Amino acid sequence: MSGRIDHAKAAGAFIAKTEHVAFHDKRLWDLRQKRDAQAHNIPEWETLRELASGIKEHTLSHLSGYLEQFAAAAEANGVTVHWAASAEEHNELVYQLMSERGMTTLVKSKSMLTDECAMRDYLEPRGITVMETDLGERIQQLDHQDPSHMVVPAVHKLRGDVAQLFGRTIGTDPANSDIHYLAESQRMNTRPYFVRDKTAGMTGCNFAVAETGTVVVCTNEGNADLSANVPPLHIASIGIEKLIPKVADLGVFIRMLSRSALGSPITQYTSHFRAPRPGTEMHFILVDHGRSERLAMQDFWYSLKCIRCGACMNTCPVYRRSGGLSYGGTYSGPIGAIINPTFDLKRYSALPFASTLNGSCTNVCPVKINIHEQIYKWREVISERHEVPFVKQEVLKMAGRLLASPTLYRATVASMGGALRRLPNFVLYNPLNIWGRQRELPEAPKLTFHAWYRKNRGGGNGNT
Amino acid sequence: MATREAFLAKVRAAQPQARQRPEVPLFASIGGDLRARFTTALGDMGGSCLQVAAAAEVLPLIRERFGVDASICSATPEVLGTRDLTADTPPASLQDVDVGVVRARFGVAETGSVWFSEQEYVVNALGYIVQHLVVLLDPAQLVDGLQDVYRRPDFQHARYAALVTGPSATADIEGVLIRGAQGVRSLSVVWLAPA
Repeated sequence: MSGRIDHAKAAGAFIAKTEHVAFHDKRLWDLRQKRDAQAHNIPEWETLRELASGIKEHTLSHLSGYLEQFAAAAEANGVTVHWAASAEEHNELVYQLMSERGMTTLVKSKSMLTDECAMRDYLEPRGITVMETDLGERIQQLDHQDPSHMVVPAVHKLRGDVAQLFGRTIGTDPANSDIHYLAESQRMNTRPYFVRDKTAGMTGCNFAVAETGTVVVCTNEGNADLSANVPPLHIASIGIEKLIPKVADLGVFIRMLSRSALGSPITQYTSHFRAPRPGTEMHFILVDHGRSERLAMQDFWYSLKCIRCGACMNTCPVYRRSGGLSYGGTYSGPIGAIINPTFDLKRYSALPFASTLNGSCTNVCPVKINIHEQIYKWREVISERHEVPFVKQEVLKMAGRLLASPTLYRATVASMGGALRRLPNFVLYNPLNIWGRQRELPEAPKLTFHAWYRKNRGGGNGNT
Repeated sequence: MATREAFLAKVRAAQPQARQRPEVPLFASIGGDLRARFTTALGDMGGSCLQVAAAAEVLPLIRERFGVDASICSATPEVLGTRDLTADTPPASLQDVDVGVVRARFGVAETGSVWFSEQEYVVNALGYIVQHLVVLLDPAQLVDGLQDVYRRPDFQHARYAALVTGPSATADIEGVLIRGAQGVRSLSVVWLAPA
């Protein structure tokens, strides 16, 4: 990894596309409202959140034991279990499983983990064709971009963008941006890959049940079921934080996942893979890739509870107006702001500042991750380690001096009031002040509060 | 590659202080008319419900909806399709089937979902690779909610189990809902008790 992600600058590029921003904001807020309607319909919703959080915290605090139980159950079911400490080991394993069997195509459903591992970039130069079969993920694959959202990967694009992209890549009419036409074209282009020779299937994992060794995958397209049920080899990539103890726990999580994500009571397909079909192979790859390091971080391990619903992204005013790509990593939005720095603090040090700290993310999180508090804690870590960019540091130093001295503060406030009336644009829109962009000035009061108090409540002592 | 022992030792060393496992209670059921709730929920997810008096009516119904030339593959002996299906049928060979027919083990009133395992599907791909799915469901086999579903023993034994709720769908371009993303284009539930 190289270079610091400049979230504000990248967001600026997105904001310049006014139609895109307006649509993005509206579409994601609509998902948030649908989520609310579902949540309000379930009297025990808040209890479910407590339970989901409690089950995840319990599991993470006993994770090694549950991993052993899961692996033993899976092996007893005829599944081969692999342990990958890093993204590289994960990618090598996938390549090895395929090359040993002479397989050249990998047909797969969406997985944030394989994006995190940059698996396509590893496999494709080695002669493996990777077919992403989720529509949004396929769009992003064809455009050589990260997903911009965990649930709707191409939500930052409009139909015209997709028409252009498909015209360039899968031979559709670039002038036809009818959404039915685009989706149907992708279906016709993709489906033949499921039935190709020398093809392996891959899925991610939403929940891994220790009790039975089952991998649960939730999709709306049915593409995970095709990927796993047609080819003779099914590989499931599993982040170790996906463990839950029992099948009955799914009664908590499945009730909340799609309601939180899209505002539907369940995904169209909720699929449970326990054992291979007769005559075929099933392989589970358990992936650490930084998760055990995160688990050891006293303040930050709670982010491992995440079930990847995206509710925090949909509700975040910063995310909705800056677009997922501006976060520069696999994970974006509030959850990205607290996960990405665990991988590379320097590179992602701007992300915890891409927040208003309004706490909405925490309030909608189905597993009650204290996201906004973690964002604040990351800011503390980043300033302690001097990872705050120079301009922000200087501004904060000035503010610190100002706020520490009543006399200096009052003198500045009085002159700022005058300045607000006289020279607002220079003061607020100078290049040091990022906050001033896209914001209007407030009306400046005629008197400062201090001057008003002295005049109306008497006393006359300017220092009381 | 990481050894299992080294992998687990690293996780063990990282674990925070032990937290208690909460008891998951059984919440009050909504109850009421399960069939009506199922029908509404399935409708919201893009599926539809039909009523027949006998298994013999299913095939004519399929022909009426999907054409007289439709190729039909049935996983239930109650309906005779135009294509054979056995456990040995290669999944890929079903790619040109128009209509799949399968009996669900049970349905879920909360969500409008139906439950299948490899036992119901015979070949799992049947539920996804064909163009349309027709599902037979006994109205007596409806459970109230997902919390009840996950207390059933069925998941302990099935190699593969799926809760299927309406047809394949995507809203990945501008949130516009498309039925028939990669899987089936339509899903119809036919109320029918087994003979």
